[in-house]
Amino acid sequence: MKKPKFGVVVFPGSNCDYDAYYSLKKVLGYDVSFLWHKDTDLQNSDAIILPGGFSYGDYLRTGAIARFSPIMEKVVAFAENGGVVIGICNGFQILLEAGLLPGVMLKNKSLKFVCKDVYLKVESDKSIFTNTLENKNVLRIPVAHGDGNYFADEATLNSLTENDQIIFKYSDENGVEHEEANPNGSLLNIAGIVNTKRNVLGMMPHPERCCSGILGNTDGALIFNSVAKSLFN
Amino acid sequence: MKEKIVTLELAREHGLTDEEFEKIKKILGRDPNFTELGIFSVMWSEHCSYKNSIALIKTLPRNGGRLLVGAGEENAGLVDIGDGLAVAFKIESHNHPSAVEPYQGAATGVGGILRDIFTMGARPIASLNSLRFGSLESAHTRFLFELVVKGIGDYGNCFGVPTVAGEVYFDESYQTNPLVNAMAVGIVKTDQVASATAKGVGNSIMIVGSSTGRDGIHGATFASEEISEKSESKRPSVQVGDPFTEKLLLEATLEIIKGGWLIGIQDMGAAGIICSTSEMSAKGESGMKINLDKVPLRESGMIAYEIMLSESQERMLCCVKKGCEDKVKEVFEKWDLHCEIIGEVTDDGMLEISYQGELKAKVPAYDLVLGGGAPVYKRETKRPEYLDKKNNFDVNKLPEVDIYNAFIKVFSSPNITSKKWVYEQYDSMVRTNTIVGPGCDAAVIHIKDTNKALAMKTDCNGRFVYLGPKEGAKIAVAESARNIVCSGGVPLAITNCLNFGNPYKPENFWQFTEAIEGMGEACRFFDTPVTGGNVSFYNESPDAAVYPTPTIGMVGLIENLENITTSFFKNEGDLVYVIGEDFEEIGGSEFLKVIHNEVAGAPPKIDLQAEKNLHKFLLETINGKLIKSAHDVSEGGIVAALAECCIIDEKTLIGADITLPIKTREDFSLFSESQSRVIVSVSPADKDKFEAAALANKIPVLNAGRVGGSDLTINKRYSFSLEKLADVYFNTISRIMNG
Repeated sequence: MKKPKFGVVVFPGSNCDYDAYYSLKKVLGYDVSFLWHKDTDLQNSDAIILPGGFSYGDYLRTGAIARFSPIMEKVVAFAENGGVVIGICNGFQILLEAGLLPGVMLKNKSLKFVCKDVYLKVESDKSIFTNTLENKNVLRIPVAHGDGNYFADEATLNSLTENDQIIFKYSDENGVEHEEANPNGSLLNIAGIVNTKRNVLGMMPHPERCCSGILGNTDGALIFNSVAKSLFN
Repeated sequence: MKEKIVTLELAREHGLTDEEFEKIKKILGRDPNFTELGIFSVMWSEHCSYKNSIALIKTLPRNGGRLLVGAGEENAGLVDIGDGLAVAFKIESHNHPSAVEPYQGAATGVGGILRDIFTMGARPIASLNSLRFGSLESAHTRFLFELVVKGIGDYGNCFGVPTVAGEVYFDESYQTNPLVNAMAVGIVKTDQVASATAKGVGNSIMIVGSSTGRDGIHGATFASEEISEKSESKRPSVQVGDPFTEKLLLEATLEIIKGGWLIGIQDMGAAGIICSTSEMSAKGESGMKINLDKVPLRESGMIAYEIMLSESQERMLCCVKKGCEDKVKEVFEKWDLHCEIIGEVTDDGMLEISYQGELKAKVPAYDLVLGGGAPVYKRETKRPEYLDKKNNFDVNKLPEVDIYNAFIKVFSSPNITSKKWVYEQYDSMVRTNTIVGPGCDAAVIHIKDTNKALAMKTDCNGRFVYLGPKEGAKIAVAESARNIVCSGGVPLAITNCLNFGNPYKPENFWQFTEAIEGMGEACRFFDTPVTGGNVSFYNESPDAAVYPTPTIGMVGLIENLENITTSFFKNEGDLVYVIGEDFEEIGGSEFLKVIHNEVAGAPPKIDLQAEKNLHKFLLETINGKLIKSAHDVSEGGIVAALAECCIIDEKTLIGADITLPIKTREDFSLFSESQSRVIVSVSPADKDKFEAAALANKIPVLNAGRVGGSDLTINKRYSFSLEKLADVYFNTISRIMNG
């Protein structure tokens, strides 16, 4: 079977770029390349990862400057042609700023950074990110962010729901959504969404942090493996 | 700022003594000019010169074990961990800046210690911090606590290093002078270690990273005096942190070190350009010609004095091989950072600083630095009067109290409860190496592509050190080691952050002297040499010095990932053993403070041999897979430790039915903080093997009961619901902070 190739974009201030690279390459065995933000070559990647971190320090607004990096023009074109793009944490924020996904991120309701394991209910399995999760419908994946409070107007929220674009929702370990299970105040407990074409995923939790058994949790690997299987089956 | 005429009066204002001013004149053979006065004053400040502490620091064991680079030789010590890798780690204080500007003070404390690690070529893999504040009942404490935590979090989170362990204590002693000690741990290939040296005539001196501004001028001098009402005016002495730039600086620095273009590199922290130029020259037995016109500035109108003394953050000084300057520049340009040649190496040992066409300073580098011409003093000592009174406090006169309520009260003390409110604000998982994160005895960090991990912890009980400096310092070392061992690690080495009062007060210096003696004895005994660290004197508030607090940061090696051990009970039916003996010691205990409002008595005794035997036994039984959890008994005593074993894994609370011996008084036995004690759980199938191992090692173990149920029951008399314990444990601090 041909191995899919992931491209991990490195913005100045990305700090989960190496984690994504390591998990995909060393733990899961896929081909991976780093893509420098000043370059414009996607190096024949089958899927692009916009990793977590604090691009440009996030001193202005999360993701607001990174979207102007030269590589982003190519990423946007790639996505518009149906290419698979996954934005994780800061990557999700960049996708929102780039207009590839609808909505915005506000500061967490607590106004504090939060890092902990959370549970995600798989709201839709009709996406290449979730269609082969080995029958798991609740995943345990950590969050680590200060601005993960997803916000959109009512019309956008309705269309996200109607079009089945909400992929992950914060829940308890039994898949029940409630306020206590929501680490940041996101509307509708939204943790991850796709675009209408269903090839671009943005999610606040970090699947790359839970791929290796050494760290005691491999739920994140299910998402990457789902993408790989979908791309090459 | 304008240059001033140098007089004895001005020298005094700069914190120099009359003798020191004379010494400067003798070194130069003339009066110093304004720039030179500034240079000597910061380089000879306590913070940079260690003038009052270095003689004693040198008595600590600084080699042996697996040490590759000893204390003081480089920015941080290096310990061999096999596989061609070494671990670099160090702890440093940022107490005074945090007292007046808690957010930036704490943030730049983290930034400074991270640079100390990556300037050696090591990539930071973990960050820890040890914090002391006044009582949480005070609004000022809550303000400091909130912002210090935010400062640490914002810096480390953005930089991308996991903050994985530490400690937070609250006691009135630290009310106006909090302690903020930051520790960083990094990994480097042993053949890629960078040195903080400059040599080879004609090699280039380059400044890289951020531009230079007026922030932090005289930060080092500020750190070398007591906090007072005037300290508020020192806020401009506090630097401003930029973790994003530091992240870029990290990547660029590691890239140029790997490129092989450097002679040496040193970060700029205290005393900025003057400290790095003089220390690198002195180490390389060379000199430098520096032209300040080339330094990228962020403000106009700065004079030479300000540029030399600025403590602007996220800067490095590099000595680059002649001809490799463009390679270095290319890397920094890629990362959008400044990189300028500001001078070259000379061979006459002099630092010649010119600016705007004028020679601004000409001073011998060697005479400025620690280990060179900087003054070394031995201060007067006097045993403080409070000790006899405190040590002779008669605990037997204390009334007996209701155990159930007393326990809930002690267990609700923010000194004991979970620091979840703190550590959930820290990214503890970035870099995907965190196997055991905050909340257990020690953090455990995987070393990628090996079957090894590092265990790490900071520790110090300031009350014990206050009541008996020598014993207290030994306990700090012993307890750190115990925490490492409980996690399955072999203690490797320590770094220390010595937080004390004004050394010119003989009582304070006596505490310092005693603590160093105790620490040295314990470190020699456990073969854990000191890799380096930091001394912070002048931690005083208007009333008195803070409790002497020699914080220990310890790193241990776990040779096999299978040996990683956590502190919480695992399965119903497992047997609970208490290892070690109780001596009903409640001097300096949390019980005494919380229930009787006393910080008195004698600190617990520590028998180093018993402690060492305990470590050997624990590591043997962990290796033999005989124990399923291990947790040390510390603040709050044995019931608190048992309660933690039941609830630390918040997702799976599990009870225990325990019977504990009472010696003379129930309250003393249950709240005693006697040392060298650990609670382990053992599968019933391994009972005989475990007990045989204890017998063979002559270790006293007590079969105290079984794991199971939804309560923690003690001696059939006291039953605590786990739900209540967990609520108190995990939510007390957030309830106080969210008011």
